[in-house]
Order: sequence, then C-alpha cells, then structure tokens
Amino acid sequence: MLRFFARRFAVAVLVALTVLTLAFLLTRLSGDLAISIAGPNATVEDVETIRRVYGLDRPISVQYLDWLGRAVQGDFGESYFFRDRVAKLIASRMPVTITLGLVGLVIALVVSLPLGILAAVREGTWVDRAVGLVALVGQAMPSFWLGLVLMIVFGLQLAWLPISGVETWQGYILPGVVLAFSAIPSLTRLTRSGMIEALASDYIRTARAKGLTRFSVLVKHGFRNAAIPVVSIAAVQLGFMLGGSIVIETVFALHGVGFLAWESISKNDFPVVQAVVLVLALIYIGLTLLADLLNAVLDPRLRTA
Amino acid sequence: MSGAVALSPGGGRSLLRNWGFLVGAVIVGVCAIIAIIAPWIVPYDPFAIDLDRRLVPPSFMEGGDPRNFLGTDQLGRDYLSRLIYGARISMVIGVLTVITSGLIGITLGVLGGFYGGRIDDAVVFAITTRLSIPAVLVALAVAALRGSSFMLVVLVLGLLLWDRFAVVARSTTMQIRNLDYVAAAWCAGVSRWWVLTREVLPNIATHLAVVATLEMALAILLEAALSFLGLGVPAPLPSWGLMISEAKEYMFFEPWVIIIPGAALFVLVLGVNLLGDALRDMMGTDLSR
Repeated sequence: MLRFFARRFAVAVLVALTVLTLAFLLTRLSGDLAISIAGPNATVEDVETIRRVYGLDRPISVQYLDWLGRAVQGDFGESYFFRDRVAKLIASRMPVTITLGLVGLVIALVVSLPLGILAAVREGTWVDRAVGLVALVGQAMPSFWLGLVLMIVFGLQLAWLPISGVETWQGYILPGVVLAFSAIPSLTRLTRSGMIEALASDYIRTARAKGLTRFSVLVKHGFRNAAIPVVSIAAVQLGFMLGGSIVIETVFALHGVGFLAWESISKNDFPVVQAVVLVLALIYIGLTLLADLLNAVLDPRLRTA
Repeated sequence: MSGAVALSPGGGRSLLRNWGFLVGAVIVGVCAIIAIIAPWIVPYDPFAIDLDRRLVPPSFMEGGDPRNFLGTDQLGRDYLSRLIYGARISMVIGVLTVITSGLIGITLGVLGGFYGGRIDDAVVFAITTRLSIPAVLVALAVAALRGSSFMLVVLVLGLLLWDRFAVVARSTTMQIRNLDYVAAAWCAGVSRWWVLTREVLPNIATHLAVVATLEMALAILLEAALSFLGLGVPAPLPSWGLMISEAKEYMFFEPWVIIIPGAALFVLVLGVNLLGDALRDMMGTDLSR
C-alpha cells in the first residue's frame, strides 16, 4: 500500500516536471519572444531593450534553469501587461474558477447519479434508452453555444438570471450548468455501468434474500459499490472542468483564471499564459493523485493490492 | 471493462437494425456528401459581401426573403451557403485530426501494450503527461504564438487528442498479445512487423474505430470552440464556430444568427457520436470515460 503510493507520488512529480519543461518550451514556439512582446510597432532598439530587461539574451539553458528554479518556489515572474506578480494575479482569480468548477461538479453529480441509478435499475427499458439519449445529447452540445442560448433564454427573454459577471451568486448558475454538461455524460454512463455490475453481484442477492427494503438494497449495498469509480472519476472530471473553464469564463465574462489566460493570450503576456497552463496542470495532477487515494480508501479490496 | 472482451463483432445486434446507427449514418453521410459537393450546391458565393442586405432573417421567418433560405449574416453573406461550406471545414478538420492523432496514439499504444516493460512505462508516462495538460488552453496559446491557420488547428488538435487512442490500443493489444492465434503466428516464424500489422492491428481495429468516432466528435467541437474564441480557423472562412462568434453581437435581437450554426454543429456531432455508440453496442464493450 505504502509502496504503491510512493511510486504513484514519484510518477506525479515526474509528470509535473515534464509539464514544467513543456510550459517553458511553449512560449519559445514563437521564435523570438522579444519581438512578440514588443509588438508590431516596436523599433529595433525597443526589441533589444526588452531582450535585456527580460533576460532573453542569455543562453536558453540558463533561462530554462532560472525559470525552473523560480517556478518550483511558486515564483512565475511578472506579468508584462498587468504589471503585477503572476502568482498574485492567479491567486486573486482562482476563487472564481474553483467556485465555478465546484458548482459545475455538484450540478453534474445531482443530475447524473440519479439518472445513472435509474437507468441501471430499469436496464433495457425505454427509461434506460432515454437516459442514454440524454448522455448523447450532452456529449454533442457545444458548450460555448449552449452558454449563449441559455443567456438568450434565461438572461434576456425570461430575465431570471444575470447574463454575465458574478456580482451575486446567481451569476454562477448558468455557467455552472454549462460546465456540468461536459461531465454529465461520462458520470451518468459510469454510474449506470457500475450499478448494473453491482446489482448483478452476490452481495445484492444476499441483501435481497435477507428481506431488506428495496431502497436499502439499492442505496446501501448497490450504490456504495458503484460509487467507487464515480468518486475517482468525479475528481478527474473536476480537473478537466477547470481546464475547460477558459471557454465558459470567456462566454460569461467571469473573471477567473480561464478569463485571465484568455486576456493574456490576446495581449501576448506569456509569463501569465505559461503559469496558468502550469497551475491547471498541477491541479489536475493533484486531483488524479487524490482520486487514486480515494479509490484505495473506499475500496478495501484495493488496499491489499 | 469487465472480463474478457469480445474482440470480433458478430455476437451483438445487427448494425442495420440499430436505429442509432441508422440516424448517425444518415447525418454523417449527408454531411460528408454536402462537404464534398459544396461548390456545386451553394446558392451563392459564401464570401460575397452585400452591405445593403445585412441580417436578413431566414425565409420562413417574419421579414424573410425567399432569395436567402437561411437569411444573411452581418455582412450580407448568404447564411445557407456559409453553413454548407462550414460542413466542409468541420468534416475535414475532424477527419485530418483523427488521422494525425490516430497515428500517434495507436503507434504508442500498440508498442506499449505489445512490448510491456520499460517501453510500456514510457507510454503510460506520456499518456499521463498529455492528460494533465489543459488542451484548449495550450491550443489557444500555440495558435496565438504561431498565428492561427487551418493546418495549424489540425496539427495542434492532432498532437493533443491522441490519448484515448493510446489508452485503448494499449489495453486491447495487451489482451490479445498472448492469445493462441498470435502464438501460432510466432510459431509459424513470421517477423515481428508481420505479427503487429497482420495479427494485432486488424484485431483491435473495431475498438479503434469507436475511439475514432469519439475523437472526431471532440475535434469538431474543439475546432468550433477555438474558432469561436478567434484563434481557430481564420476569417473569412465560414467555420461554424466562427459564424457563432461573428454573430454573437446580434444574438439578443436576432437569436437565429447563433441558433442556426450551433444547431448544425450539434446535429453533426450527435451523428458522429451515434455511430460510435452503435459500434460500441455491437461489440458489447464499454470504452466510455
């Protein structure tokens, strides 16, 4: 057990280091970073100044090691556009993104768990097929388009919810729903297949034979076992949702990390872009590690392995 | 995935009796045909600007003009013509991305699954690293740095969406590498290349076909999202995502300007997913995540 986690943790650290390197290489894709920062109207002297000020005149290996050394300590340098520490910028935008991600995850779970259980209990009937159709529709829905359509319907025509911004908690509802759509199909399918497997097992037959109520059989015995993969995938999904929040934050003008990344991309503010890629990747790595931990804690069978 | 996987189709229901397959095949087929014959069926030039006839509603709506069945956009370009050319962009991006990502993912997955050991460790590491990278963000950043173009979108999506190909190719290859017919081929003294291309690949092909549909759907959606954010297919190409983005300003007064391209996108992706689901049902396996 301990060895398993030591190994798992070592892999996570290696992946994180690889992502660090890739994030560094990402911004060198432009060819000459100084020219990109200086913009189209800069003179040759401007570019030279920028090269010196940002240390871009040093050998690339020195720049890499310098960046790596600082990044490991949480220092991502200074934003060219916002004139502020990148770490501070990201920290100030993080609450919005995390809140949005959690709202999305909660909505997704509230919808997909009952749907998945229902489909499993009524396997092969029209109910099951209807749930399958819901999952398919969710999978095919372009999130940015769904966001715009919901804005028109609930923001403008019904005027129930704000169209953009998060001055009040209602501002999180529409983007949360849109974000949830990306996770509902896989969570529903996973709950369904987990429940079907659980319901076909011996312990369910035993529970039924003992004369337990239908609810007790389904929830206490069936769902507890079906939930194991769902919990770990939910953690992974949260990581994907945070990564995908850039589109939704842009649509709804939510000033989270995704929106920050979007602003920095359009302003050629590379330290910020680099740092956001890195932070989102690190959160994902952390969440998958957590998912493995949860799996082992929830499923005693995995602990001895 | 539980227990042994049926590696050959035939046990499941007939494809043609599956309504999902039929609907999916019709949607994707029609879209493919439209994409191919686009230049011959468009009523107007999709790039022709007519500033006197801007945002004319579709002909079936109030104030519509029978000359423009789906109306005109903010520059007076015929919406139906642009929609038809948009099908071409979505289909080509979807197919090219699947080819690129399939080549990368299947190569990695088959190598890892077939050889195991260190090679497999490296493949699993590559998959884990790829999954931790936020794809949309990186695609946007690369497009911003290199300047967005049609081929760049294909290349970036192809380089980012190979993970599921690798995962499935790896696990299925592992399952069949020790089966009798592979052992028989070894005994017959054939080369390693022969075993990989003649014994392994054909037997995991159906699984890879399911992944191909999922990835094609994802690629089409991602291209639209990138174009919507202005860093995908460059204007004036009529990508459906770009059409939504350009029409966004007017959507509160004329909702149809975003409903039409969005609905087209939704229907095409639904069709591709229906095909994939039918293939999966037929094999009786669950590859969904």
